[in-house]
Amino acid sequence: MTVVVEAQKLQKYYNSFQAVASIDFKIHRGECFGILGPNGAGKTTVVAMIYCFHPISGGKLSVLGRDVTTEPRFIKSRLGVVPQENNLDQELTVRENLLVYAGYFGISRAGARKTADELLHFFGLSSKANQQVEQISGGMKRRLTIARGLIHAPEILILDEPTTGLDPQSRRLIWEHLRQLKNKGLTLILTTHYLEEASQLCDELIIMHQGKILEEGRPLELISKHVGAKVIEVEISPAKRYAFLRSVEHLTRNYQLAGNTIYLFIPTDETATVEFINSYKEVQTYRVRPSNLEDVFLKLTGSGLSNDEESYDE
Amino acid sequence: MKNPMMNKRTMEKLKTLFTYYRSVNLWALKVFTRNLIVFKKTWGTTIAFNFIEPLLYLAALGAGLGMLIEDIEGMSYTLFIAPGIVATSAMWASAAECSYDSFVRMHFQKIYHAIVATPINLREVVVGELLYGTFKSLLSGTVIMGVITALGLVISPWAFLAPIVLILNGLAFSQIAMIWTGIVPKIDNFAYFFTLIITPMFLFSEVFFPLDVLPQIVQQIAWFLPLYHVVVLLRSLTTGMISIDLIYHTLWLIVFILIIFPLPQILMRRRLIK
Repeated sequence: MTVVVEAQKLQKYYNSFQAVASIDFKIHRGECFGILGPNGAGKTTVVAMIYCFHPISGGKLSVLGRDVTTEPRFIKSRLGVVPQENNLDQELTVRENLLVYAGYFGISRAGARKTADELLHFFGLSSKANQQVEQISGGMKRRLTIARGLIHAPEILILDEPTTGLDPQSRRLIWEHLRQLKNKGLTLILTTHYLEEASQLCDELIIMHQGKILEEGRPLELISKHVGAKVIEVEISPAKRYAFLRSVEHLTRNYQLAGNTIYLFIPTDETATVEFINSYKEVQTYRVRPSNLEDVFLKLTGSGLSNDEESYDE
Repeated sequence: MKNPMMNKRTMEKLKTLFTYYRSVNLWALKVFTRNLIVFKKTWGTTIAFNFIEPLLYLAALGAGLGMLIEDIEGMSYTLFIAPGIVATSAMWASAAECSYDSFVRMHFQKIYHAIVATPINLREVVVGELLYGTFKSLLSGTVIMGVITALGLVISPWAFLAPIVLILNGLAFSQIAMIWTGIVPKIDNFAYFFTLIITPMFLFSEVFFPLDVLPQIVQQIAWFLPLYHVVVLLRSLTTGMISIDLIYHTLWLIVFILIIFPLPQILMRRRLIK
């Protein structure tokens, strides 16, 4: 598979603050590549360097075989960008947004008209074509921003947190559209802090934390590598935790503490562990569920969700 | 002894400097076109408002105050101030466009961010905005030229050259305003710009009275004000008092425009790109 984006020892500093710390990754044509991490992990900075907005501070970054520092114009003409913040042109109508944006790429208005109408149809916006942008809903604005990013038939579409702030229904609709675009062979680069979004859409992903890549791979591989098939969430009083963990340890693969909940990661079959927990009377409640990327993330960052709890790792 | 490293560095600096001027290109024109498309939706009200203020000035100062004032350099007071009113309206049009309006596009609507994700770069966005600011000067100035012509305050065919002066005026004030847009933290801070720069320019550029009534030092300071040169040029054209000095005033404006040209681009880059 052709590599379309390659980062080597890529770094970014904002003054003395290190936003991205010497990272390497490769993105291949036709895949949906996810950049996962909490707010402030450096995701947006990475994609903004790919679409040549932020200059890189060190290392090398090439997109479609060209260097971002020397050939931004070439690169930007072949990328579609859907930024985190909606920046649609509020002084224009829905259709004009697409037509004027096409103009920035040097596409004539007449030439863009057909593509614009196709995109409006694809994203279910045809009936809103002549409305002002302010009059349409948040989910529609997001779809329009994605449509705008596709007006020049780019080779790669970059989406920075495409569904942040949307209701679940609009979110699922956008996932559906992105899946269809991927099936048509478009390369997608997606940043998100929704782990479900990443597992739904991404073929390959990197997990970022504090400017570094903690782990990379396919979502399912990462899950089986780090946390196994099942997770048991156990509630037990803090005083009893240590003893409980000592005696349950041999039945789990790993565990993690977050808040007042203990997450027990089970490799394949949870029956023996559940039996043990049932017999352990200090356990207040427990819940068995399939493991997901969130557990991987929790395991890797080890940070838990609150800072006043110590990890039992020491 | 010649230092080859030094030479190389100078060459590179010159090359960088040159890129600011090369931003006047077809990409910048696309940004200008975007603004023009929006303008087409509201041009009616824009032009209507362009009329009102200058007409008020002409009525109050020309017909009112002018009654108490004797002729200046052989002209009636109304004839004297009319070209100055054209110049100041054109100045306000450019300055407002590239301050408040540009700031809204840049900061609140994030239009610059949207455009720089396309093949167009930030330098070209800035130049596109300056071109639009210049267009506003040309438009506003031409409309008022039409009004004062209808009122019989243009008495020479040289006035047909006024659009050239209005373009220079637009380029100068769009840039001055855009420099502020590159610096001000908040939109409210433009008040300083208008109070400290634009208003003094308005009052001391020979719009309302000939500068030779003021102390020598004020006259010398006025020479540094772009609007002063615009006013002198426009007044000469509307009244037909043509002399070789007009070349110097024109050159002054051209040199001023060229010297500050890189500044708005440098400051906007510093503001937006981290």
